[in-house]
Amino acid sequence: MSKIRTQLMLCGGTGCSATSPAVREVFEKELERQGLSEEVQIVETGCNGFCTLGPVMLVQPEGIFYQKIKPKDVPEIVEEHLLKGRPVEKLFYVEPASEETIPTMNEIPFFSHQMLRVMRNKGLIDPEVIDDYIARDGYFGAAKALQEMTPGQIIEEMKISGLRGRGGAGFPTGLKWEFASKSPGDIKYVLCNADEGDPGAFMDRSILEADPHAVLEGMIIAARAINSHKGYIYARTEYPLAIRRLTIAIQQAREYGLLGEDILGTGFDFDIEIYEGAGAFVCGEETALMRSIEGKRGMPRPRPPFPAQKGLWEKPTILNNVETLANVPQIILNGGEWYSGVGTETSKGTKVFALSGDVNNIGLVEVPMGISLRTIVFDIGGGIPNKKEFKAVQLGGPSGGCVPEQHLDIPVDYEEIAKVGAIMGSGGMIVMDENTCMVDMARFFMDFIQDESCGKCTPCREGTRRLLEILNRICEGKGKPGDIEDLEELSSVIKESALCGLGQTGPNPVLSTLRYFRDEYEAHIYEKRCPAKRCVALLKFEIDPDLCSKCGACFRHCPAEAITWKKKDVAVIQKDKCIKCMTCFEKCKFGAIF
Amino acid sequence: MDEEILTEEALILNDIRSHLTTFEKERGNLIPILQMIQEKHAYIPREAIKLVAEYLEIPVCEVYGVATFYNQFRFHPPGKYPIKVCLGTACHVRSGDIILENFERKLEIKEGETTPDREFSIERVACVGCCALAPVAIVGETVHGHMAPSKVEGLLLRIRIEKEKQEREKLTISGNN
Repeated sequence: MSKIRTQLMLCGGTGCSATSPAVREVFEKELERQGLSEEVQIVETGCNGFCTLGPVMLVQPEGIFYQKIKPKDVPEIVEEHLLKGRPVEKLFYVEPASEETIPTMNEIPFFSHQMLRVMRNKGLIDPEVIDDYIARDGYFGAAKALQEMTPGQIIEEMKISGLRGRGGAGFPTGLKWEFASKSPGDIKYVLCNADEGDPGAFMDRSILEADPHAVLEGMIIAARAINSHKGYIYARTEYPLAIRRLTIAIQQAREYGLLGEDILGTGFDFDIEIYEGAGAFVCGEETALMRSIEGKRGMPRPRPPFPAQKGLWEKPTILNNVETLANVPQIILNGGEWYSGVGTETSKGTKVFALSGDVNNIGLVEVPMGISLRTIVFDIGGGIPNKKEFKAVQLGGPSGGCVPEQHLDIPVDYEEIAKVGAIMGSGGMIVMDENTCMVDMARFFMDFIQDESCGKCTPCREGTRRLLEILNRICEGKGKPGDIEDLEELSSVIKESALCGLGQTGPNPVLSTLRYFRDEYEAHIYEKRCPAKRCVALLKFEIDPDLCSKCGACFRHCPAEAITWKKKDVAVIQKDKCIKCMTCFEKCKFGAIF
Repeated sequence: MDEEILTEEALILNDIRSHLTTFEKERGNLIPILQMIQEKHAYIPREAIKLVAEYLEIPVCEVYGVATFYNQFRFHPPGKYPIKVCLGTACHVRSGDIILENFERKLEIKEGETTPDREFSIERVACVGCCALAPVAIVGETVHGHMAPSKVEGLLLRIRIEKEKQEREKLTISGNN
């Protein structure tokens, strides 16, 4: 057997997958050509997290980090770095602020502020090889739980750890398991919620793609704790790569005797099936998810009875989110005390966020609880691009709210975030700059919620639609006095009377933007003006002669030939020809169009 | 055109009939069956709903109720080049809705519709998970990142040119034979 001296960990996550297969192909050819195929191994990993720089590659064991690799760069990497030992500097990461070149991954600020627990294996293992996972202590937690611990001890350890549900609501995981373990019955179910529906959130997908076995191991431990023999993973059908890797992982775990009958010779039986969700946001709600697995419309039902008593097919059931389950193996292996050593009084461990929007470093980050939002946005995220001003960061998607500049120093903590009107949520974190219209953001989320409302209860079905109508009117310049008060009253009624979490939290984006950006609503309603220049109906499509640099960029790109311009002259938009396509706004670098 | 669709549907229904029997007659299999139909044929024809209801021995309205509840299922054949415009939060912040509007205007159809020549269809999707590339549009299987209003026309033009090229090649090949 030949000895592999170098491993090329090439990211194959969804963000990089548009380009990385082409890069891989050239690598294979070049390694072959230089006679290195035996010594250098290419490994396609799950999401590395630094999606902005994709496709990225880590060269192990030296830890050199290459970014934005193009197929044409590959021959140089192979020849210079792998053959002659001279890393290719032009592909190193450059810190935008200091313009300093950083060769290794651990020194890049994006990575150095993070604390990896759930994502400890990301980019380091081949997610399709179970041995890679086992080599990193994989399934040791399950072995300990099955061979050395009683169900009561497992639950006790979980309670000590202080782990709370990472799906957003933050219910203590140990308690949930305890309820289900005390429910009478021989048939119980363990469900994994991988129906990540929040637009702008991709944490669970990346965990499943990078480390699927961690989730399976968490489910095995959960099954042991409540004495269940059957589990389902409810996964979004829009995540084909995650589903493929899970399928492979389940198959390999069965072959190794880690799933199926008599696991590790302990006499304990447990198996897992994947159920592909068909795309309904409300199915992230636990009772709706269970109806969906039963083949019905995914509509929630009132609780109690809670799923721990009557869940899937009326049997006691626990439902945990992907990230929650991926935490479990390490808690069992290292102990609850170890886990709770990181975090705040009420929020323990780490949290994974999908950082996106108007921020330099878009990607997946895992941080210890208690870190400030400012550190995440400005140190890890690298601040706002194009020298624009920070406006707010949105947490928790359609159920959440936004945090403006003045509250950016609050720590990541379930209670502290709730105090400023947002929620921890499942981990979507969208940064917004000065060009984001907050009324439009509220309208965007309300459009989503009213579309995804299942229609069972009136406050949500009718109420969210009325909210959207008002917001649409405001954005179209037809707002009238009293609209803001109507929004507030309607929102509070929906919050109080809706049946499930979707409706109860649905008005949050409206309330939160009203709380911090009421002046923007007022500008829309009373002055018929969108301060962020985002609401098309409120734009005049005129050119400010003082700001116009007379460059003619708008003229050249206008698809409707609605702009007249001559050299050294201010451009003019002819309104009768203008189709309001926004191309001129995109092309004008001087903000001269309003 | 309609006749063409009808003959196509007859073939599709036969195919569905032959695949139904691989599923056990369980209520829990309803969604997997609908997913199988959608995966094989890209949409669920009206008559297929009746077939599934008969097979599972449940009312047609229940099958219809489930099929219309979930976003995954569509009831019209998509275009040869299905365009999906991402309207997740990150794409919205970077003006994904304006990209959608530009596609709609260029192709003269609304989202959820297919052009009369069945070449293009437009759909909006909620987050495809490439937020770093926002705003994103997907044509067929190809992800197009960092979209801008000015890129929409060029993208459509490129597809048309590509297609004409392929047709010409086909002609030359058959001409050589």
